[in-house]
Amino acid sequence: MTPSTPPVTGPAIGPLTAGLVAALPAGAVITDPVRLRTYECDGLTHHRATPAVAVLPETAEQVARVVRLCNEAGVPFVARGSGTGLSGGALPREDGVLIVTSRMRRILEIDLPARRAVVEPGVTNLAITEAVREQGRYYAPDPSSQQVCSIGGNVAENSGGAHCLKYGFTVNHVEACEIVTPDGDLVTLDRMDPGYDLLGAFVGSEGTLGIATKITVRLSRVPEAVTTVLAAFESIEQGGRAVSAIIGAGIVPAAIEMMDALSIEAAEAAVACRYPAGAGAVLIVELDGPAAEVERQFERLREICSEAFELRVAADPAERAAIWKGRKSAFAAVGRISPAYIVQDGVVPRTSLPRVLAAIDRLSAEHRIRVANVFHAGDGNLHPLVLFDDAEPGAGERAEVVSGAILDLCVEHGGSITGEHGVGVDKARYMPKMFSAADLDTMQLVRCAFDPRGLSNPGKVFPTPRLCGEVPGVRRGVHPLVESGRAEQF
Amino acid sequence: MPRDLLEKTGVTVRDAGREDVVAGVRPRWVVLPETVDEVAAVLRVCAGQDLAVTPVGGGTKLHWGAPPERCDVLLDLCCLNAMIEHAAGDLVVRTQAGVTMGVLAEALGRQGQELALDTQPDATVGGTLATAVSGPRAFRHGAPRDLLIGVTVVLADGTVARSGGKVVKNVAGYDLGKLFTGSYGTLGVIAEATFRLHPLPADRRWLVAELPPAQVRAAAEALAVAQAEPSAVEIDWPGTGGPVTLAALVEGTAAEQRAHALAALTGGEVTARPPQWWGVLPDSETLVETRFAPPALDGVLDAAREHGLRLRGSAASGRLHLAPAGEVTAGRVADAVAGLRERAHAAIVLATPYEGVERWGRTGALPLMRRVKARFDPGRVLSPGRFVGGI
Repeated sequence: MTPSTPPVTGPAIGPLTAGLVAALPAGAVITDPVRLRTYECDGLTHHRATPAVAVLPETAEQVARVVRLCNEAGVPFVARGSGTGLSGGALPREDGVLIVTSRMRRILEIDLPARRAVVEPGVTNLAITEAVREQGRYYAPDPSSQQVCSIGGNVAENSGGAHCLKYGFTVNHVEACEIVTPDGDLVTLDRMDPGYDLLGAFVGSEGTLGIATKITVRLSRVPEAVTTVLAAFESIEQGGRAVSAIIGAGIVPAAIEMMDALSIEAAEAAVACRYPAGAGAVLIVELDGPAAEVERQFERLREICSEAFELRVAADPAERAAIWKGRKSAFAAVGRISPAYIVQDGVVPRTSLPRVLAAIDRLSAEHRIRVANVFHAGDGNLHPLVLFDDAEPGAGERAEVVSGAILDLCVEHGGSITGEHGVGVDKARYMPKMFSAADLDTMQLVRCAFDPRGLSNPGKVFPTPRLCGEVPGVRRGVHPLVESGRAEQF
Repeated sequence: MPRDLLEKTGVTVRDAGREDVVAGVRPRWVVLPETVDEVAAVLRVCAGQDLAVTPVGGGTKLHWGAPPERCDVLLDLCCLNAMIEHAAGDLVVRTQAGVTMGVLAEALGRQGQELALDTQPDATVGGTLATAVSGPRAFRHGAPRDLLIGVTVVLADGTVARSGGKVVKNVAGYDLGKLFTGSYGTLGVIAEATFRLHPLPADRRWLVAELPPAQVRAAAEALAVAQAEPSAVEIDWPGTGGPVTLAALVEGTAAEQRAHALAALTGGEVTARPPQWWGVLPDSETLVETRFAPPALDGVLDAAREHGLRLRGSAASGRLHLAPAGEVTAGRVADAVAGLRERAHAAIVLATPYEGVERWGRTGALPLMRRVKARFDPGRVLSPGRFVGGI
């Protein structure tokens, strides 16, 4: 029987800290409360906790040592990359150790013929692309935070980005990971190895199955041609029809993004993106690939967007950047039109978009809470920005209600409570809306295989998980083998 | 008495015959569930009676993997064959595991769409996932695990569990689909699967060139990064002598023009039809899959020549299937596999009638894999002994 996590008390941290100081280079252990405040939250800023200790290891072996010491002391640990996550996946534990990978930022190897790079987890997403751009290669997943977010965090969250419609997510571009298991062992999970696809299970496990210390990513070829189109529509319905028509025509663009009038207004106020005036919705469509293919797809796209009152085509990288500027600034931009806001992330089947958007409108009116809609229209990934005034009594609560109701809509329409931001602490309570107890218990089997003591980022992803030794509830009853006397409880 | 209990579930049970052997091991009964609940009921009986179970779909790869340590029940999923939902506007299909790839392709094709896995038409969805077999276009579209977006599985104790869903973009919870893909029926029974689809390409062209073995690696590397963007780069080498046939597929608009752009890199002819061997596994009792980073191709070709192997597969993805070209003995198979393992990342003996050949080779995380198995199937009733490390 596996032991459950013992309650961690203050005194356990003292001896552990001494062990950490002995195990790590000078200056790599932070206990000063003021400096620890730096790490009290990630991109989900309304959840805060100051870690008991933070460590800044420089090597995989040091990460393994820290994890082993945590195991000996029975203290939980949380890994953190750049801290840009939006679901609180890197929220520290007040009774635990925060393992920060920011000093592990070497690009270890670039092998162009093998189309691979090997990097440490603290390397930023964009740094990989920058290292190979001159050779005509790039790393495809491009979350909006790519200038600062770390590849280790991308692996933990299975990050997407605007171009994942065509190119897929982090999990489709990671070939191998060296990880420190929750027991403190260094193990390599490789797509080419025989056996279970543990790499596939690890990517996106939000730090609950261990910590990636070395990541092998696939490098892609820069496409021959890229055409970026901005189409302005009078209404969001017209924009939605164009999206369906693009997909129906058998075109898979690199990206299809949509913004509604309110988010356009915010982007205009923040970065003066100069989108066509009076647009009820804009669509950004990026086509890429062989020049001959892009050319013909663009002709088709022009016909499809016949309802658009203005169609702009970027003629060069500068114009392309100008088109993307409004979209990429959208989250931060709503700060210009609202004192406070919640960034939501949900997914619906693409064909449900019109119905779901109409339902969001109704929610917005009913609760007197404005919602700006920005979304990856091609894959049905909504990012509603729920706006409120935190000075107004009750407004924050109403915004929370609207934000939660949007996730209910996603689940009702057969979608997901998160497309790319992760579950973290933010959405653990919504997991039972999407998954049955049997589903969650089955996922927990994976957790218990990797982390029987429940020390690796506990409290994330799963709502009140069972302890690994706990007998499952009535639903499953006693294991049939036990019942028939053929085996003992495992 | 176990048979009575199996029959009490209401599921069809018959005695197993010679044609039902699993890698040489004859089960006692064949059980044919028609619903997911029936799969669960059968597995609960098997768990209670300690009956070992091997799931089977079309049976096209039932001889793959090590022989099971024991096999009482062959769980035949052929009747679990409903296509549940094809959401064409969402480019998604949800289907039961017993649907064959051929039936699925026909239904999807009527709507101008496809599941971009190139497998045998008589293989089932479940068998394709359980063996994670990849075809030529995995180079562009990914392996089965990359196109699977949701899965329903039945565990050894009868628990029915789902993960993923029916949207492509989804990071809620662990991805059990990836864990079950390639698990050879050792973790549970795959009952339903949901896939991401692609529009059928407007047009297709193949570039076919014959090259001396020493030029193949460089040619494949050039094609793999060519801006004409081939969907697949395959090679076929029927014997130990002579040239290697290299073929690349271009799909979509302007296919002809792009295929000619590829021909400018390697020479060769552009055709509208695939070579006869395209996407077909070498026909042989002994079949080996090797996986390697593309620059290791030269070494793999050397090993094939030294050990008398014919080969076929993706030069660009670093995944080839090999079979003995001449006289075969257990010793020669073992030597050939050892030779491949020196030059490639992995060499897996998918099928062989010979005992004593190490089928799987080295893997990086075997202790973790054993722990996963112990959690999912603590009684070791699901395809015991079939998988890596005797799992």
